[in-house]
Amino acid sequence: MQRAGPHASSVAGRRRLRETLEGQAFLLPTIFGLALFWLGPVVASVLISFTDWGNGQHVSWLGLANYRALYTSPLFWKVFANTWYYTLVSVPAGMLLSLGLALLANQKLRGIGLFRAIYFFPSIISMTAVALMWSFLFNPDLGFINYVIRRVFHVPGPEWVNSIQWAMPALIFVGVWKWAGYNMVIFLAGLQSLDRSLQEAAAMDGANSWQRFRHVTWPGLTPTTLFVLVIMLIGSFQVFEQTYVMTEGGPAYATLTMSYYIYLDAFQYFHMGQAAALAYVLFAVVCIVTALQFALQRRWVFYQ
Amino acid sequence: MRGSRVLSATFGYLGLTVAALFFLLPLLWIVVTSLKTPEQLFQYPPRWWPEHPTLENYTYLFSKMPFIRYSFNSLKVAGLSTIGSVVSCSLAAYAFARLRFAGRTALFYVLLATLMIPYQVTMIPVFILMRSLGWVDTYYPLIVPWFFGGAFGTFLLRQFFLTIPTELDDAAKIDGCSAFGIYRRIYLPLAGPALTALAIFVFMFQWNDLLTPVIYLSDPDKFTLTLGLAFFKGTVVTRWNLIMAGAVISAVPILIIYLAAQRYFVQGVALTGLKG
Repeated sequence: MQRAGPHASSVAGRRRLRETLEGQAFLLPTIFGLALFWLGPVVASVLISFTDWGNGQHVSWLGLANYRALYTSPLFWKVFANTWYYTLVSVPAGMLLSLGLALLANQKLRGIGLFRAIYFFPSIISMTAVALMWSFLFNPDLGFINYVIRRVFHVPGPEWVNSIQWAMPALIFVGVWKWAGYNMVIFLAGLQSLDRSLQEAAAMDGANSWQRFRHVTWPGLTPTTLFVLVIMLIGSFQVFEQTYVMTEGGPAYATLTMSYYIYLDAFQYFHMGQAAALAYVLFAVVCIVTALQFALQRRWVFYQ
Repeated sequence: MRGSRVLSATFGYLGLTVAALFFLLPLLWIVVTSLKTPEQLFQYPPRWWPEHPTLENYTYLFSKMPFIRYSFNSLKVAGLSTIGSVVSCSLAAYAFARLRFAGRTALFYVLLATLMIPYQVTMIPVFILMRSLGWVDTYYPLIVPWFFGGAFGTFLLRQFFLTIPTELDDAAKIDGCSAFGIYRRIYLPLAGPALTALAIFVFMFQWNDLLTPVIYLSDPDKFTLTLGLAFFKGTVVTRWNLIMAGAVISAVPILIIYLAAQRYFVQGVALTGLKG
């Protein structure tokens, strides 16, 4: 209980000061980390992108030259298109697969936990191991996939990662296969937070299972869908391991995406300035796409 | 009614099984391949189970290749990062959940906003910083950042701390307990499940990470298991049976943690996913 009187305000003030100091003490590592590893670098990255930073010697200011060089480079536009190719195929495919898995795994059946565990398992192994596994499974001569294609369709399978046409679909498949179970768990949590009485009422009124999904489950699930969509989009712009292990951006740049190009430019060719400019273009794309998601959500996301 | 329930259960299991095979068959094929000799690898048609399964690929990796050293390196990096993350994130999460101070909300939003910044944007300046400290080709760049909080872990723990009733704090405050005492004696002990979920996430992320080790490590003696594995593929191009054994070795520790602590994995995803 606080006593009213001349002292009350100064006591409250002292307490507020103490709580502020305490709060800042608890947050010291976080504040330090934000400055050193996030906000500082975000600013430094812009500055670097305006220079010809290489190994750190003789840095000179270039202004917008790095950005202009990207704009006029055919390779940049190829990489830009590849990035969108990866995103626009892997995100919808991954959404459908993980939503389907969640609906399957949401049934009240004996042993359902085991099935959920199996679907989730690929998302905890390293992408490096998964990509190595699929390099072998997609191997044109020894791989399991082409063996099945030969047996079932009696035609030779594609050259997969050695083929300009099929390398990207292979990378996309690996990404979708690995992360489907992870997104399933998020969808599953969304499904289980839905009000069951709505389902039962719809069933009582004679709605079939598709109608129940379309008009009851799906609207309730849209906030979860938005969340999954946002994290999948951000993730899809940052593919690295699959490319590093399976194709290294080839053949003929067919799988070179922006995130991998930034790595090559910065750490293989030591064009830090150019790479920083590219990273900022990627950042801008991520920001625009995410902002668009939140702007468009009013049209389709249904909050109860 | 009863007949239709049996029918729907049958279709349910059918769908579940098809989906399970989609994930299991490739994994099973990998394990089988890791038990094959080179001759069996090139056999056509390939066999689901080799006539004479062998563990020689595994013994080769452990005796002739530095896979034990790689595993130890990974354990060190992942273990220290986990400690750093749990300590720094729980401190921050407690402050965000329970202490009232100027700028709390703004700082929290700034922290969450970092989730949107692609790693590619910060990795170049951070590399330059690490190089100026002389930390290239050491484990510091892989471990030290985890001692300075992080949006994911702080958010996860804050969500959990918010569920702890404040009556406990009030009682402790009356007994003269400081904010740090309340954090240490009430919040940490009650947050066991959330701390475990975070620890598992960080350990798994660090055990599996490739990009940061690729950027910073060049001495093969210092390679983590993931980097060693990726590097190894380039040196033994067609010896898929060996490469697959390496992939299995890297996945087994994670599988063991998963089997022992499955519910924490799911809780961690759900705790951060639901409130998104």
